[in-house]
Amino acid sequence: MTRREPADPPASAQPALLARGTLADRGELLGGLMLAPALAYVALLAGIPFLLAIALSFSDATAGSLRFGWAGLRNYAAILSDPVFRRALWNTIVVTVGSQALVIVLATAAAQVFRASFPGKRVARFVLLLPWAVPVSLAAIAWEWIFDSTFSVINWTLKAAGLLHGWLYWLGEPTLALLAVIIVQAWRIFPFATVIVLAGLTSIPREILEAATVDGAGFWRRLFQIELPLLLPVTSVAVLFGTVYTATDLGVVYVLTGGGPANSTHVLPTLAFQRGILGADLGQGAAIAVFLLPLLLVVAILMLRLARHTEVGVR
Amino acid sequence: MTRRTLRRLLGRATLYAAAAALTAFAGFPFYWMLVTAFKQNRDLYVGASDLRHVPWVFNQSPTLDHVRLLLHGTEFPHWILNTLLIVAVVIAVTVALAVPAGYSLARLAGRWGERLGIAIFLTYLIPPTLLFIPFSRLVSLLGLQNSWGSLILIYPTLTIPFCTWLVMGFMRSVPWDIEEQAMIDGYSRLAVILKVVPRLIVPGILSVVVFAFTLVMQEFVYALTFISSVEKMTVSLGVPIALVRGDVYHWGALMAAALVTSVPIAIVYNLFLDRFIESFTMGAVKG
Repeated sequence: MTRREPADPPASAQPALLARGTLADRGELLGGLMLAPALAYVALLAGIPFLLAIALSFSDATAGSLRFGWAGLRNYAAILSDPVFRRALWNTIVVTVGSQALVIVLATAAAQVFRASFPGKRVARFVLLLPWAVPVSLAAIAWEWIFDSTFSVINWTLKAAGLLHGWLYWLGEPTLALLAVIIVQAWRIFPFATVIVLAGLTSIPREILEAATVDGAGFWRRLFQIELPLLLPVTSVAVLFGTVYTATDLGVVYVLTGGGPANSTHVLPTLAFQRGILGADLGQGAAIAVFLLPLLLVVAILMLRLARHTEVGVR
Repeated sequence: MTRRTLRRLLGRATLYAAAAALTAFAGFPFYWMLVTAFKQNRDLYVGASDLRHVPWVFNQSPTLDHVRLLLHGTEFPHWILNTLLIVAVVIAVTVALAVPAGYSLARLAGRWGERLGIAIFLTYLIPPTLLFIPFSRLVSLLGLQNSWGSLILIYPTLTIPFCTWLVMGFMRSVPWDIEEQAMIDGYSRLAVILKVVPRLIVPGILSVVVFAFTLVMQEFVYALTFISSVEKMTVSLGVPIALVRGDVYHWGALMAAALVTSVPIAIVYNLFLDRFIESFTMGAVKG
């Protein structure tokens, strides 16, 4: 990113500004007027629903009526004693941590590869970015076909290579199904993380790396002792976004397994959908979704810290 | 051969192998869509336990049957039209609201602009999966169940925060000189905004259009929650939900639909990638 221009006009522009006191020259007022509609839209249609989500979780609201009765902690008590919810909470953590661990490894490797030049790089870059651009639900339906119990091309290939003797029911067995979800989430996020890490990599001053090479540091030494530490802020940004995208995603699990077999692969968003929308129990659905909040809060705080940290580093 | 050249050769080989492996992992589902979309059914539905039948290639001549079924035997063309219509309205709303807001944060808002900008950006992190339940109440209050109105109302909450941030970042990379000169020449602040800025900000608007387009094309949660009639669905909802007839999966048509929908988005997205990445990193990467 280019260095930021100062938000205030430079001093040389000020006399022209001050000379005329008409409405058309009052920058702050104009700024407020231009900002207000967007701000109002977001506050009304994201801010208020956000508060309503929390309020609903303490209510006995259902989809059928517009009634809104206080239910205290009853929804929370109900879901906390529900093994399906506890499983969904655990699955959300497993899927998020598992896929993001994969993302870090894949994105670091891919960034190292794509900083080098090689024939066909443009095509390779386009293909690499496909998973990020494709709509989640369409990617998920393609993976469902890839993991199909009868026609799975993965099973065929493993068998043909002599690596598989039994049969893998990818989406029919809880552990394998979760693994499938982790693979798809990592596949979907790592291209995005790669591009971000790559942007960070190009911003490392060449002199530092050259100096290290002159001093006799090899590839791995440079990678682990210089590049990865310097890339930490930018990799964190990628992982924070990846965490939000994965933990709050409904599409992959909904299309791939529908939460099955026997409710064993639900994550918080799919369970909230099942209880809140399909089951019409808005209160309980909201309570389930509210468990995403601590995660979002942590991510937001880390994000702000990173932004401030890098600000300080520059000025 | 010296040790050194051997090392270099080995390094080169590792690079190619890693590039090939990563690209293959990323691209494999798309190859699979392509193969599936054009295979004849008797080539497609051979169990994976039959090792003599290689599923990776066409064992029989390719066919257009699945594409024909998709275009003439399903609601797919409708879904495309529905999606484009919703996209158009959402883009109009987003440009009208996010472009002035982004400009204001970059040029007019002064000190509190930075903070407000970050606050708006953070609302981008509030996920649809947290909001679809309160929205379902709002949508039934407004009587918008099963109508595009619900999506048109809600999608700008996804696009405005990021696009405002996008425009702000863009305007900060545009030198202040031109606007400054116009003001020295006697233009008022308002006149600068109305007469000078529109020309400067066009590339920023273009990236807003592209981002809003891809975001709406990709959205699944709200569409799933609010649209129940098949003929009103968007592409990303209709294909995985309504193209499955009962328990019968028409995999050829499904994969054709996934392919023709995702490739155009990918192409458009690629063109604007650098600007999006700049915005995502929130300035954590300084060139």
